[in-house]
Amino acid sequence: MKRFHALMCAVVLAAVAGPAGSADIPLDQRRSGYADLGRDTKAMQDDDTSNPASLGVQDGEALWSQKAGTAGKACAECHGDAAASMKGVAARYPAFSPARKGPIDLEQRINLCRTENQKAEPLAFESRELLALTAYIGRQSRGMPIVQSDARLTSAIDAGRKLFTQRIGQISLSCAQCHDDNWGKQLASSLVPQGHPTGYPIYRLEWQSLGSLQRRLRNCMIGMRAEPYAYGAPESVELELYLMWRARGLTVETPGVRP
Amino acid sequence: MARPLVNVPAKVKRGQAFEIKTLISHIMETGFRYTTTGERIPRDIITFFSCSYNGEEIFRADLYPAISANPFFTFFTTATESGTLEFKWTGDNGFAETATAKITVE
Amino acid sequence: MKQRNQGSTRREILIGSLAGGLVATFRISDVAATPEAMRSAIRQIVGTAQVRKGRVDLDVPPLVENGNTVSLVVSVDSPMTKTDYVKSIHVFNEKNPQPNVIGVHLGPRAGKAKIATRFRLADTQVITAIAEMSDGTFWSASAEMIVTMAACVEVL
Repeated sequence: MKRFHALMCAVVLAAVAGPAGSADIPLDQRRSGYADLGRDTKAMQDDDTSNPASLGVQDGEALWSQKAGTAGKACAECHGDAAASMKGVAARYPAFSPARKGPIDLEQRINLCRTENQKAEPLAFESRELLALTAYIGRQSRGMPIVQSDARLTSAIDAGRKLFTQRIGQISLSCAQCHDDNWGKQLASSLVPQGHPTGYPIYRLEWQSLGSLQRRLRNCMIGMRAEPYAYGAPESVELELYLMWRARGLTVETPGVRP
Repeated sequence: MARPLVNVPAKVKRGQAFEIKTLISHIMETGFRYTTTGERIPRDIITFFSCSYNGEEIFRADLYPAISANPFFTFFTTATESGTLEFKWTGDNGFAETATAKITVE
Repeated sequence: MKQRNQGSTRREILIGSLAGGLVATFRISDVAATPEAMRSAIRQIVGTAQVRKGRVDLDVPPLVENGNTVSLVVSVDSPMTKTDYVKSIHVFNEKNPQPNVIGVHLGPRAGKAKIATRFRLADTQVITAIAEMSDGTFWSASAEMIVTMAACVEVL
């Protein structure tokens, strides 16, 4: 335990003492966290029957054609075959919502469809149903490059970058100090990843379940001894947006598996 | 809840050993964990899994709390004749789930 | 690794608490398995028979990324004929709350004595797989598995 604390101190102090201004990772040096997975975790993600997130995708497929709300409509009645209509959608979310005059993430888009078109109650963040639908829709973009090029989102991406580089919490750390400045190094026994959200929702071995990008971000902020932004808060979505912009061009892996 | 996922080849040659893969949604709560207020979380696991090939049992497993959430198994059997593979999972709190898969033997 | 022995500064205390908070927080009950418990669990399966090393191959990652979900492949060197086959495979651990991991029953129809599953490891420890053959002999393989300490676990 003592050695572990000493190691943590060394890593965290190095980060804290590092240069103040974080630089973006050069585009050609970016890589998905998949690249650093162990052999068995890679195999788990690669084979659909082995990937536990497939169970969520399968749930989502069932929900897709299930009628919901007082309108009595299923997703499929408007959108048809998800393999065609949802192809590439997750690769460009969060996307601009004219109604909100800002970004909304895929979960919020699903809930907008529910409240406005299906006249149904919105699904709770991290509920089995919302994760399942998000995983099913995300699965239709697997293999496609992440795209973030909507000019209407420029200011929201900037806001996300500010959140990413801003020091927060009791130990005064920013996201960038780990994921821009110290990726590839060890934090305890874990490799610090670049933090690209290429596979969400992911099956995280630590969680033993499917979870959203927002859950992962909250997880990080708790570790940073900072107060996490609420699910669906504008800050959470701006961070998601910035991360997807930062990962532009990388390939969607949904549903991913991570330690 | 998600149906179990079962993966068998659609066609196999007679006499050939082929791989079967299964994945099922289950929390596999060990019974050794505590809530933040100190209460023990009761055990809730799958305790038994079996596979039959045209009615004859070809694989059986006893599971303990050490098996990960969403249990995954792979094993082999020899193709004898075309028919049905039947999978059964049972566990704590009356958990019972089944799945079937068709196989064509050439 | 250099360790300081002076009094902790405020920053160190905070960072120490960060590290502490990041460590897995689940509590293992007082019935944790031990190498002795593992031996006794093995005895329950093999009785008084001798367990020989060999014929069993245990394919596990030497470094475990997360102890919640660890891949395990056991294969046994056997012709898998009607008269010479693997009857069962049992996997044991010495440091989880219980010594048993899984027990599977095969037969000559399996064609190939190879199984895979995923299991939990509470700590760095030795895992043992034992195969019972149709002639009543027992064969085994063991592997030391190192569970690395995850940095960013979720604190509930």
